[in-house]
Amino acid sequence: MTGIIDYGVGNLFSLQSSFAAIGETCFVSGNAEKLRAAQRLILPGVGAFGDAAGKLRESGLFDFILEEAASGKPLLGICLGMQLLFDRSFEYGEHEGLGLIPGEVRPIAEAIPEGLKIPHIGWNALTYTRPSALFKNVPEGSHVYFVHSYHAALCDPSTTAVTEYGGTLTAAVERDNVFGCQFHPEKSGRVGLAILRAFAAL
Amino acid sequence: MITKRIIPCLDVRDGRVVKGVNFEGIRDVSSPVELARYYSDSGADELVFYDITASAEGRRLFTDILRSVASQIFIPLTVGGGINTLDDFDRVLKCGADKVSVNSGALRDPTLIPRAAKRYGDQCVVISADVKRVNGRFTVFARGGRDDTGREAVEWLRRCVGEGAGEVVLNSIDTDGVRGGFDLEMLAAVCDAVSVPVIASGGAGQVQDFVTLFKALPKVDAGLAASILHFGEVAVADIKKALRDEGVNVRL
Repeated sequence: MTGIIDYGVGNLFSLQSSFAAIGETCFVSGNAEKLRAAQRLILPGVGAFGDAAGKLRESGLFDFILEEAASGKPLLGICLGMQLLFDRSFEYGEHEGLGLIPGEVRPIAEAIPEGLKIPHIGWNALTYTRPSALFKNVPEGSHVYFVHSYHAALCDPSTTAVTEYGGTLTAAVERDNVFGCQFHPEKSGRVGLAILRAFAAL
Repeated sequence: MITKRIIPCLDVRDGRVVKGVNFEGIRDVSSPVELARYYSDSGADELVFYDITASAEGRRLFTDILRSVASQIFIPLTVGGGINTLDDFDRVLKCGADKVSVNSGALRDPTLIPRAAKRYGDQCVVISADVKRVNGRFTVFARGGRDDTGREAVEWLRRCVGEGAGEVVLNSIDTDGVRGGFDLEMLAAVCDAVSVPVIASGGAGQVQDFVTLFKALPKVDAGLAASILHFGEVAVADIKKALRDEGVNVRL
């Protein structure tokens, strides 16, 4: 059973439907005690980093996630949820993240030449930098769906996949039991479902 | 590098797809769910649903079918048609839409785009414009192309993007339905003016039209296709293979 962490940020309909489509059970909750019963956790999210980190703190879920990750439970952050795994973000100011993966979240504009459109929005290909349990059934070069204006930087030791958009952007990270996808597996067709299935098998 | 997107566009009235004809292997061509699955399986990068219903009952049916599509199709979904308020945004986003396309609603209420972008993020707000040449000037039309607003299109779209629209759908009334190719001149003018993705709409009549579009205008991000796909003459994969053979980066 996978627990999807609901902290009032983003639409969880597609993520829940994706789990139904791969025949895996999941539930959505903002309650730490309920989520503690899950075998693995997903931290979703769209919107701004500062708001989301604030909501996690207010709800008490910030410390809960840290405890659960420390206990060895698999945790997958998606999009903004992945960005929250890092030490800090520079989106509209400077904000502290969960610090589960060393690195920081910086504007894409710093990593790519001028003239390219931001947000980085659309389907882009995965290049693997090291093996990851999430991608065991996904051939390198597969396309996944991205929508983001900020990206994870200074996180090389944890990076498992990158994508090219004028420069190199972090697509996925992994550190022990903590995983992150910058792209949306729940919007990436068959490839995305294969990634969620791999996570659900952890 | 990011791929060029091919986006089938489905008009829905009272919960059924209008213009769905002639597909082998699909039992019910007017079922939005079946058509959406067909397009998703054949390589569509995204789907656009336009609700062309007028009644409240039809609108309720639309959200029902949207929910049913979103629970089975795992590619981005954009919804348009009858989006006039933030409540309309809320209604379709809750049913699984990823992006919301506004057209006449933004013309009527200039605060709609900035308020929606603030609440849901720029990436969620698509400005769609129906544009026609009037005395040599690109002019925005409202209400499905019926009303001349007198607004100059490039300036209008630049303003919408400045206020938070994260994507532009440019539908040329001049080329729409003619099936003689996209309106390259109009698209070029808009691409030069905005910094967000531009989706070309109106005029696709054959596979070669998409090749011409992306070769002539590398700044265009996506091509919208309606009748060329719905009549079953061409599949999304045919368009993508032709693009790949011409060196255009696509997801195949």
